[in-house]
This record gives sequence, C-alpha cells and structure tokens, in this order.
Amino acid sequence: MKIKTLLLGAIASTAMAPMAMAERGSDGNVSIIYWQAPSILNPFLSGGTKDVEAASLVIEPLARYDQDGNMVPYLAAEIPTVENGGVSEDLTSITWKIAPGITWSDGTPFTSADVVFTANYCMDPDGGCAQVTKYEGVTSVEALDDLTVKVTFDAPTPFPYGPFVGGESPIIQAAQFADCMGAKAPECTEENFNPIGTGPFVVTEFKPNDVITFKANENYRDPAKPAFATVTFKGGGDATAAGRAVMETGEFDYAWNLQLAPEVIAQMEAGGKGTPVAGFGPLVERIMLNQTNPSPDLPEGERSTAQHPHPFLQDPAVYKALSMAIDRPLLVEIGYGQAGKVTCNWVPAPTAFNSTSMTCDTQDIDGANALLDEAGIVDTDGDGIREKDGVPLKIVYQTSTNAVRQDFQALIKEWWSQIGVETELRNINASVFFGGDPGSPDTFQKFYADVEMYANTFNGTDPQSYLGNGLCDKAPRPDTQWQGENISRFCNEEFDKLHAKLAETAGLEQRAEIAKQLNDIIVENGGMIPLVHRGRLSAHANTLGGVVLNVWDSELWNAADWYRKTGS
Amino acid sequence: MLNFTIRRLVLAVPTLLFISLVIFLLLELAPGDPMAQVPLTVPPEVKEKMREALGLGQPMHIRFWKWIVQFFWIEPQVLIDSIFGTTFSEGDLRVISWQTRSPVMDIVVQRIPQTLWVVGTAYVVAILIALPIGIYSAYRQYSWFDQMGTFVSMVGFSVPPFFSGVLVIVIFSVQLGWFPSIYDTTLVVNSWDSFMLQLKQMIMPVMVLALQITAQLSRFMRASMLDNLNQDYVRTARAKGLSEYTVVMVHVLRNSMIPVVTVIALGIPAIFGGAIITEQVFKVNGIGQLLIGAIQANDLPMVQTLTFIFAVLIVLFNLIADVLYGILDPRIRYD
Amino acid sequence: MTDHDRTDSLVPDEGIVPVSTVLPGAAGVMEEFTTPPSSQWRDVWDQFKTHKGAMIGAVLFIFIVAGVYLGPYLWSIDPTQIDIRARNQGPSWAHPFGTDQLGRDILARMMSGGQTSVSVGITAMLLALFLGSLIGVVAGFFKRLDGPLMRLTDLFLALPLLPLLLVMMLLFREPLSAAFGLERGIFILIVCAIGITSWMPTARIVRGDVLAIKEREFVLAARSIGTSNTQIITRHILPNVLSPIMVSATLGIATAIITESALSFLGLGFPPDFPTWGRLLFDGVDYLQQYPERVFWPGLAISLTVLSVNYLGDGLRDALDPRIRGR
Repeated sequence: MKIKTLLLGAIASTAMAPMAMAERGSDGNVSIIYWQAPSILNPFLSGGTKDVEAASLVIEPLARYDQDGNMVPYLAAEIPTVENGGVSEDLTSITWKIAPGITWSDGTPFTSADVVFTANYCMDPDGGCAQVTKYEGVTSVEALDDLTVKVTFDAPTPFPYGPFVGGESPIIQAAQFADCMGAKAPECTEENFNPIGTGPFVVTEFKPNDVITFKANENYRDPAKPAFATVTFKGGGDATAAGRAVMETGEFDYAWNLQLAPEVIAQMEAGGKGTPVAGFGPLVERIMLNQTNPSPDLPEGERSTAQHPHPFLQDPAVYKALSMAIDRPLLVEIGYGQAGKVTCNWVPAPTAFNSTSMTCDTQDIDGANALLDEAGIVDTDGDGIREKDGVPLKIVYQTSTNAVRQDFQALIKEWWSQIGVETELRNINASVFFGGDPGSPDTFQKFYADVEMYANTFNGTDPQSYLGNGLCDKAPRPDTQWQGENISRFCNEEFDKLHAKLAETAGLEQRAEIAKQLNDIIVENGGMIPLVHRGRLSAHANTLGGVVLNVWDSELWNAADWYRKTGS
Repeated sequence: MLNFTIRRLVLAVPTLLFISLVIFLLLELAPGDPMAQVPLTVPPEVKEKMREALGLGQPMHIRFWKWIVQFFWIEPQVLIDSIFGTTFSEGDLRVISWQTRSPVMDIVVQRIPQTLWVVGTAYVVAILIALPIGIYSAYRQYSWFDQMGTFVSMVGFSVPPFFSGVLVIVIFSVQLGWFPSIYDTTLVVNSWDSFMLQLKQMIMPVMVLALQITAQLSRFMRASMLDNLNQDYVRTARAKGLSEYTVVMVHVLRNSMIPVVTVIALGIPAIFGGAIITEQVFKVNGIGQLLIGAIQANDLPMVQTLTFIFAVLIVLFNLIADVLYGILDPRIRYD
Repeated sequence: MTDHDRTDSLVPDEGIVPVSTVLPGAAGVMEEFTTPPSSQWRDVWDQFKTHKGAMIGAVLFIFIVAGVYLGPYLWSIDPTQIDIRARNQGPSWAHPFGTDQLGRDILARMMSGGQTSVSVGITAMLLALFLGSLIGVVAGFFKRLDGPLMRLTDLFLALPLLPLLLVMMLLFREPLSAAFGLERGIFILIVCAIGITSWMPTARIVRGDVLAIKEREFVLAARSIGTSNTQIITRHILPNVLSPIMVSATLGIATAIITESALSFLGLGFPPDFPTWGRLLFDGVDYLQQYPERVFWPGLAISLTVLSVNYLGDGLRDALDPRIRGR
C-alpha cells in the first residue's frame, strides 16, 4: 500500500487539476487496469471493447444504457419516444433534444452540429467506420436548431435508438475532427489519441497499447464531479495479473473482464483488497449444430451448404439427446463460476426477452439413451457407436483454442460417448477461427465440422437483428464468400415469417413475446445447444465506491460517480 | 581493417534488403486477419470496409514498395525534421500501425526507454555477476563453488521466465508486499524518491532476466578461462615467477575475454529486442510486448518494421563483434 | 573440439582465418592419432566415468526418458480420462501427483507430456544437428561452396528468431495439421521451427574444425592414396568433429524443450488439450497459490531434464577433449 501511495503522489503532483470546486478532484487518483491495452481512443476506428471503454471516459453518447438495460439520457434532455412525440408515429424518424448548457472540455458549446458531424463521419464510405451498423437504415441526420437533431430512416424502425446511444456510438467534436473525414480518418493520430469530449475526464497522455493518463474535465456539466482528479488507465498483461493487482496487492482499483477459473478468483478474493462483481449481458456460450453435411467427401463449394442436409443432426432424437447428456451446472462451475449461469436460451437477457419455456439444468444420460433407442437409432454393429440409417453418429466438434473451451470439449466428449456418440475434437487458433478469411477451411463461418462451440452476443438491448441470425438467407455459402451470420444454416419458414413480424411490431411487450417464440423455435428445432449464459466479471478495490457494473454499455459508464471510500 | 569494415558494410545492404523481403513475404503469407479481434457483433461487410481502409486491397508488391519507401525515405526525413525542425516530411505518409493508426516509429521511440531501463540493466547486472563467477569457477574447476555455480546457472537456464516471473511476483508482491507487481511506465525519474520507486519496480524483472543471462554468460566465461588456463604461455608465466594473481587476472583473463567480449556484443541487439515474456509478465510494455501484441493483432506494418529493426541491429552488432575480435586478438587478420 | 570453438562459433568469422587453425587448442588433435583408435573410446569412457556430474546426468536422463516412454505401461491411467468427482485433488495413492481441474491424473499427464517434450527436444536437436553438420562439413570441405553457405548462415543469424518462429507457427500450423492430423502436424511444425532456427552455431563450429582438419597430414595422406571425397568426409573428417557436434547436441535438447514451453506461453504451441511439460507448467501457473504442486512437477521435470543433459554435455566435452583427458 505504501508504494502505491507514493506512486500516486508522484503522478498526482505532476497532473493535479485545479481544486477550485468544492468536490471535484478531491479524491486523488484512480487506477484502472485492462489486460487488453487500448490502442486508439476513437471507437469509430476500432471495434475493440478495450478501445470503446477507454474512450467512454472522454466522449459520451446522447443516451446510455444503465445496468438494467434501460436508456438514460446523458447529453440528451430526454429519451425520445412515440408517447412524448420524439419518435414519429410512422416510426421513420426520431428527434433528439440536446440538454442545454453542455460544453466540450475545451469550453466550446456542444451543439447539434457536432451530432450531425459524427453521423457523417461514421457514414463516410471511405472511413472504414467500425460502428457503421449503428447507422443502418439512416437516410439523413439534420440539425433542426442548435439543440435539436432529427434522424430519418428509410423504413419504419421500431427501435430507432441505434445512432448516438451507448458507448459504441459517442459524439465527437466537429471542430476537432473536421479534417479527418473519410480516407483521412486514420491519419489523424493526434485527434484519434486525444479526442475532445464532454465526459468527466480529459486525456493528458496517451501511450498506445500501454497506458493512458486522464485528468478531471474542468468543464464537466456537474460541478461536483468527478471525484477523482486523475485516472491512470494501464493496459496489457493477462487477466490473472490484473486480478492480482486489484484483489491481492491492491495496486490498482479496477480490473476489467477477469476471465479466470473460479478457484483462481476465489483465491484472489481471499486476498481481501478487492471484490469481484459480475453482470450478465446476452452473451451465450453455445454449440452450433450444422444443419448441412460437412463431409470432406463432398466437393468443395457443396460442403456445408444447403444442398446436402446433415445425415443425422436434424433428427430431433439426436439433437435432443445431445443436449440432455450435458451437465450444464457442472460446466458453469468448472468454467465460469459466478460469471456463468445455466441457460437453455439463445437470448437470455434482457429479462423481458428471456424465454422460460424450456428447462435444461439436469443431466439425463439415461433419458437421452432411451430417446435414441426409441427413435431406432441404435448400435447395430457392436462398436459402441449408434447408427442412424447406417451412418454412425460420429461428430467432429470444433472450437477456438482457449483453455476453458478445451475443458468443455473434453467433458462433453466424455458425456456424448456415454450415449453412443463418438466425438473428434478440434481446436483452431482464434484469429483464424474468427478471422473470416474465405480462403481458410477453418473459419467458424465455413463450419467444416458437425458441431462447433463459441460465444456470441449483441449490443444494446434489442435483439431484433441478432435474432435475424437465424434467417434462411443469412447462411454463409460460396456465393456470399462464406459471409453470413446464420452459422448453423438453420432454415425454417415459420421463423422467417415471425421475424418479419417482429420488424414491424412496436411496443416492448409484444416484441418480447415474438422474440421469445423465435428463440424457442431455433432451440427446439436443433439449430443450437445453448450451454452457459456468460457474464462479465470485473473486480474493484474495496476502497473504490460507486462502481455499478454495466454490461449493456461501457463498464466505465458512471466513472464520474466513482469515489474513494473514506476510513480505509 | 578499414577495408574489411567497409566491405562488410556494403555487403550488409543487399543482405538487409533481402531480409526485409523475406520478412515481408512471410508475414504476407501468414494466415490471419487484422480484424480478427474485432467483436463478432461487427458484421463482415463492415470488417471488409475497415480492411480496405487499411490498404489491404492493394497488391503485394505495391505494398512492399510503399513500405520500403516509407521506411527508408520518409522515416529518416521525419527524424531529421524532429532534430532540426525542418519540414521535409510534411504531408508524406509514414509507416502506420493498423492497431493504433499512428506512426509505428513514434510508438517504438515511446517504448525504447522502458526496455532499455529494464533489459539493459539486467544485462549489465548479469555481466557483473557472471564474469567473476565464470573466472573463479574455471580457476577452481570441480570445486564446490564451481559445482554450485554450474548448478545455479543451469537452473537459471532451465526455468522459463513465465514461471520464475510469476513466482517472484507471488513471493515479493503478494506475500511480502515489497515491490509493485505492475511496472509503471508513466513514472518520471526526477527526484530521489521517484528514483527509489523506479528501482523498486525494476528489481523483479531485472532479477528474472539477469538470472537467465548470467547463466549463459558465466558458462561462456568459465569455458573460455578453462581453455586458456591449460595453455603453454600460462606455464611460462608461472615459471617466470609471476604471482598467481598476475597470471590469472592479467595473462589468462585478458586472453579469455576475447571471445566473451564478442559474445557480449552479440547480445546487445537482444536488449533492444526486449524480453517478450518477461515484459509480458511484469507489464513493462516495452518493445517485446509491442511485438507480441502486434503479432497477435496481425498488425503487419508494426511487425514488419520491428523485426526489420532487429535484423539491422543484429547485422550491425555482428559486424562490431567481428571488428572487436580483430582488435582484441592480433593474431587474426582480415584481408 | 573444445569450449573455445563453441564460443568462437557464435562470432561470424567472415573472411577470418578459421580460428581453430591459429589457436593452439587444435594441436591436441594430433595426439589422438598417435595411439590406435580402438583405445580412444576407452579413454573417453574412462574420463567420462570420472566426471561425477556427467555420470549422474547420464543416469538421470536415461531414467527420465525411460520414465516417460515406459512409465505408461506401469501406470496405466489414461491421461485424457476425466473423473469429475475427483478433481483438484492433492497427492494420494490413487493419484500420486494429484489431479487437475477436470480430475485427470497428473502423473499420467506428466508422462504423456514428457513423451512430447522429450521427443520434441531430441528430434529438433537431431534436425538442427543434421543441418548444422551438413552445412558445416560441406562449407568447410568444398572451398567453392564456403562463401554461399556462410552467407546463408549469416542470413539466418541475422533473422530475428522469435518473431520468425512465431510467424512460422502462424503460417504453417493449419496446412500441416490438415495434412498430418492436429497433433502430429503441430509436432512436425514445432520440431522444424526449432530445428531450422538453431542449426547455425553448429554449422559454424563444424566448419571451423573441418577447415583445420582438412589441412592435416592424415587427410593429405588419405587423399594421396586416392580416397574419394565422400570417404574422406565420413572416415576421417566426421569422427574428428564429433566432439563439438555432441556438445551442441546436448545443448540443443535443452534449448528445444525451453523453446517449446515459451511457445506454449505465447499461445502458439500445442493446443491446451494436448499436454506437454511446457503446457502443463503454463496451465499450472494460475494455480500457483492454491495447488503449488501443479507447477512443481512440470517445472521439476523440465529443470531436471535440462540439468541432466547439460551435465552430460559437460562430461562429454571433457571426455572428448584430449588435453583434459588423462589429467
């Protein structure tokens, strides 16, 4: 602790903000460690969570999601809805009112021109903007007056909160980025490293992939905040070291995303200097079942395409048995501990969208065996492996290289062997597996395996486009260069119709109802086997107050409210 | 000697160009995608657009030519500009990293101090420890000191730093709380207190690194001493009635140092290369960490530039070692 | 030859008179040929026996190799067998080294990991040795090839090895696993990667020695009675450069095992479900405080192997050096 105090003193003395205000900057320095180091502070040029979250200390959106997934106005005066007239009756436009009196950290006023500029910056086709999906369907963004912005969509959009909401879609200053449009975006190093924002902190020094130092924003809208005068944001290393630095040695105050074995977290917590906190977004670790035949005997271009249905995985008895044989509570216990929950759903969060129609929290090997026996899928040649119509149930099971996933593979292989299914395990380097190179046979989109395991999620709280990943025409295939989100090549007319209905429905309750049905269709028809609802586990020092873990937005969303607990 | 040096320098140019081509081709052919770390929620079309914005759509030879021009023509201009305040390079595109969208050389310059501090200190410490150990071990071959020295250096050689690093962190940071487990790269040494802090945070990484370097160097020193101790000139020196100290520390040591000095010179590029694993374990975030991060993120311009800088250093110090060898050992003549 | 050549060998001696010819150390070679060759190996063995460290090293190394290859016949638990009820157990009679987080027996995993590690070490060493000796002998013996081959060696020395290794892993991992199966593919890859990036020192030492020996009278004599080049190399030159080759060999095994574990740490080695000592050590590091034995066993295994091999090399060097022998 002594070292730390000294360290902090050294930093604080060089970069202490003026202490004119009563409260602002009264609590000294707060230190944050991300084991992935931020490389840029412009979220539009990097999709990485680390960069988005680091930038969220500086630049803010019009509205954020809170820890429960509700929208709260930040730079906007209120959340526009159909009821308050902010969203047009035909659902094709949304009008944001900016809260008056907000200034950038350089003292200039924040106006609707900045908002319009941000939209144009990201929608520029040469800019390579990582967040362009936030602006999907946007035809125009116009400033009605200094504090009013109208966003128009090309079609009725029941959920018009894509642009300017959440950490991925913040507002950048028009004056600063004016010369950085389109192809010039990457050249603006100075701007990308030191964006001017409206948030609680201002960048003092940015060392890419290493450390960022911030100081309190003198022009922040709440004169009493932030409580901390400076922030040290260290990046790099590994999750173990980050957790240790917060919970065991107390060198840091906040550690992000500790993907560690439960025993390791427990051991660190016993260090007594920090506390892990978990929050649950919609991230689900799942096994995708290939609806098409991945056999290497098929010619290239037909393998894993809709031309050849899978020889046995579409049989309800098979995929149900595979699911029943899995002991999900054990997987949670071994792999994720308090950062995991058993789930049977594709969309387990937000709560309104979580279907409750299925249960899967007990393993039932006997039931699975009985189910297969009943369906006539039995072992006919005495090698211990069942056959369906003469095809043995041999499965190639692939995933990315990752210690927890390989543990899961080993366990599931063991359980599946108990129901007469032989499994061959493969693991592929994550950068190849998720790399999306159409030339590689090992990408998760190509799916040259019978089943594969990975985790996926969606941003924000509305699952409409995520549920669209089950649509027939989103299947990766040769004529889409193997791009597409429908990894399991699931194809169900009823599903497609229902999804079209969702796109036209406004009103949270009705939407939630349809979304649950969509979720059930895909799971019950063998598109995937959901395994674990994964949460985000971070840790904060016991002396750091005000931390509210938020999985719907940046974890540092409320850093302005953080404070140092006294008496410690 | 001068002739030889010049010839070697001239020869180094095609070698380096060839090396840069080899590195470039290796990186080009390697599968991997700079967008692989972008979350799955970003759709493929967007990723494609981002790739294009990085200039990945251009053919390979154009990109190689661009890199050559940027590295050999524009970057030196930037250097001149920053020294003399001129504006030769204004408006020219420098080697840009794909991760940070900023000039690679700027980041390299930013990283060099911490790498030099930690790895350089470790090297110096290791030399200071290794030489006496090597000398004494050789002088008293098979004594208990020699046996201990051998054993310790072999243990040092055989324990991977990702293990020894974590071990010292658990002991000295977690249990005893003496040293910080995370290196603070923002620390500015401008007073006695900050110097003490710097010292404290350097101790563990330097310890881990020095253990390894000591292990290797002391073996070299011992072997070299052993070779010379049995030579005829040693017998002659003793026969002349010179004191044992003079024989060993003047006659033998001087001759034994010849190969050791060159070995030390050859190790210097490695200082700049940083210590990939040790830097990672202690979060020193120097050049080594930069390289491994760039490799993981498939940041090709960064990897290309870094590996090439290493290659230049290696070629350069090979040459220096050769020249040193010639100077130290008059029997060797270059022609 | 002696240590001296080993150190010299790291210095690129472009255009230098081969060091071994000018240093008095080479004089010892002559003495060997004044006694009949049959007793030479006896002498070597006699000298080797007196080196206690080397004897212990040799016994230990043989024990480790036997343990990992023959051990599984005695200890028949399958290293991949999961017993989820018995996970994270300490040492017991059923599991002398305890069990890991999935209830797999650590002793069995140590043995199967050791097979991989030791095989990687030995095979990579053999490859590096083969390449190094071949290039060294050819470069030393045939004057015309000397220049180009030494340029090639310089080139390899100038390439930064770890990045090269990493790139090679990325580059060839998938095609090789497709061609030979995941594990064998990665095995071949790691062995080749280590072998190809570590032959240069051997080549330099061997070349230096060959250059020296080539000029000796006995080679001249052999040539004068019309012995072919091949025979001169295999009969007269190779036996005389055996000593530096053997010493590089022992060092090579150790380096290869360490390199493999470093690759595991950087996530580019064998996959997590495929145990090697390096991998087991790396996986155990997170559990250092709860289950210290998880790092202890693989750490001990690596250290012991490297130690034993190094002592073995020390002894061999002394035994093969005629100036020390007979002291």
